[in-house]
Amino acid sequence: MAFAAFATTTGPGEETARRRSPVALLLLLPGILYLLLFFLTPLVSLVLTSLQAPSVTAEPGVYDPAFQWQNYVTVINDYWPHILRSFGYALMATVLALAFSYPLAYFIGVKARPWPLLQSLMLVLVIAPFFISFLLRTLAWKQILSDESFIITSLKAVSLMAPDAHFTGTPVAVIFGLTYNFIPFMTLPLYTTLERLDVRYLEAGTDLYASPLQVFRKVTIPLSMPGIVAGTLLTFIPAAGDYINASRAFLGGSDTQMIGNVIEANFLVLQNYPAAAALSLILMSVILVIVTVYIRRAGTEELL
Amino acid sequence: MKISLGKWLLPVYAILALTFLMVPIVYTFIFSFNDSLKSNIAWRGFTFDKWLNVCAVQNGAVCEAFGNSIFIGAVATVAATAMGTMIAIAIVRYKFKFRSATSLLLFLPMATPEVVLGAGLAAQFLSVGVPKDMTTIILAHTMFCISFVVVTVKARVASLDPALEEAGRDLYGSPRQVFMRITFPLLLPGILAAALLSFALSFDDFIITNFNSGSVTTFPKYIYISATRGIPAEANVVASAVFIIAIVVVVTAQVSAAARAKRLAKLS
Repeated sequence: MAFAAFATTTGPGEETARRRSPVALLLLLPGILYLLLFFLTPLVSLVLTSLQAPSVTAEPGVYDPAFQWQNYVTVINDYWPHILRSFGYALMATVLALAFSYPLAYFIGVKARPWPLLQSLMLVLVIAPFFISFLLRTLAWKQILSDESFIITSLKAVSLMAPDAHFTGTPVAVIFGLTYNFIPFMTLPLYTTLERLDVRYLEAGTDLYASPLQVFRKVTIPLSMPGIVAGTLLTFIPAAGDYINASRAFLGGSDTQMIGNVIEANFLVLQNYPAAAALSLILMSVILVIVTVYIRRAGTEELL
Repeated sequence: MKISLGKWLLPVYAILALTFLMVPIVYTFIFSFNDSLKSNIAWRGFTFDKWLNVCAVQNGAVCEAFGNSIFIGAVATVAATAMGTMIAIAIVRYKFKFRSATSLLLFLPMATPEVVLGAGLAAQFLSVGVPKDMTTIILAHTMFCISFVVVTVKARVASLDPALEEAGRDLYGSPRQVFMRITFPLLLPGILAAALLSFALSFDDFIITNFNSGSVTTFPKYIYISATRGIPAEANVVASAVFIIAIVVVVTAQVSAAARAKRLAKLS
């Protein structure tokens, strides 16, 4: 799938002689114009909207062009817990998804190599959650783990959970939901790098008297770094902006609201467009900074 | 003893992990047979009714939302696949100015959280005064699908041997004939994969749709709206049916690719 292609951008033969021709312009023009019009200009609109001031007529939902940079101060003051929470939850979900996916991807990509059909079928199972509605599978977890559910009543019966404790509506439930929903984004890029891992390097490590743990730390992990970087980014970015899992109707509660929830509320309910726009731009800038620093540090700049 | 434990640990883990991933899917499927009333939370007995009368509930609201999603997905897929394929060919085959700016413009939509894409487009439609309806949803979906199409098709164009097209030209094929008879058929598997991916992304998108849909209801939006007052089992029917079709398509593609690889291996 394309998500996995993140890790494999420079394919073989990419450096074959490229020609200069006016045809290139014709091929590029429609798509590039489209993205300029419906991706880049909207970002400019967001910047302009984020600086607007309430209309002089004081009509709700009407704003005048202005340069009210204080909007940013206001939203940070009002919503800093939501901003911190979003990145905290996204980080937790990314770490959990990596811990969950690495052994799975290792098994499919390395151990199952003698059985290609088994490999493909297991990959189908990994991406299977994509084929059922995102919202329905999150709601399914809400019901499977509701207070009256078999799992939660059993946990309470054996005293692993306090009798008056809840699962849904807690930060744990939101992080659980984020982890589950973005696991395929983690597993696929890990699989693509591990699938191409040359096992002779691992054998060489063992031959040089490295313990299995040392081989894993010094050989396997560094060789699968492109997959780890791609997978963590593909999990972290959507998780930080998600507002389904944290929404009250799904796995969240009133104190689990993330930045996505307040952007949605400000834009679609309160009609406070400048606040929603300022929050969106804060989210996007923080993510871009994290992505750039992370890619530099991980030494996988060729990903871009 | 220790060795055999290590040997079995990973396969057992893989089975457990894959089972865990299937849990909500199986749950959704089972509850599509629930003889439920308004909301579909407690199990009330087995029935085929919901599968046979999907459109009966709420004057066909589920089916209308599903139809909207199919229509939006189809139009956005065609538009995004056409534009994305053209870009992919240009990037692999031609030299042009602003190559790195183009790559950045294609990469950024994939690195931007959906809520930002959705709010940005909504802010733009608002400032220009465009009312939100089916068209704005299609415009939004086409936008976020293009980059994914480019990534998918690019890999296929890069693996295409230019000698085949050269042979076509040597045999006096016109540029048009070479494209239609050689390039396009060879790119087709990549283009189809990109189209399927676009459709899947569009069909399941909620966040961007929610910002740009106005009063139009898509299937995910229908679930979101109904989540608080209870989702009818018919929604599970639609989701399960889509799931089964998608799995059949993917497994068929995988098995036929494996069979083709086997045939080629025998030939060489």
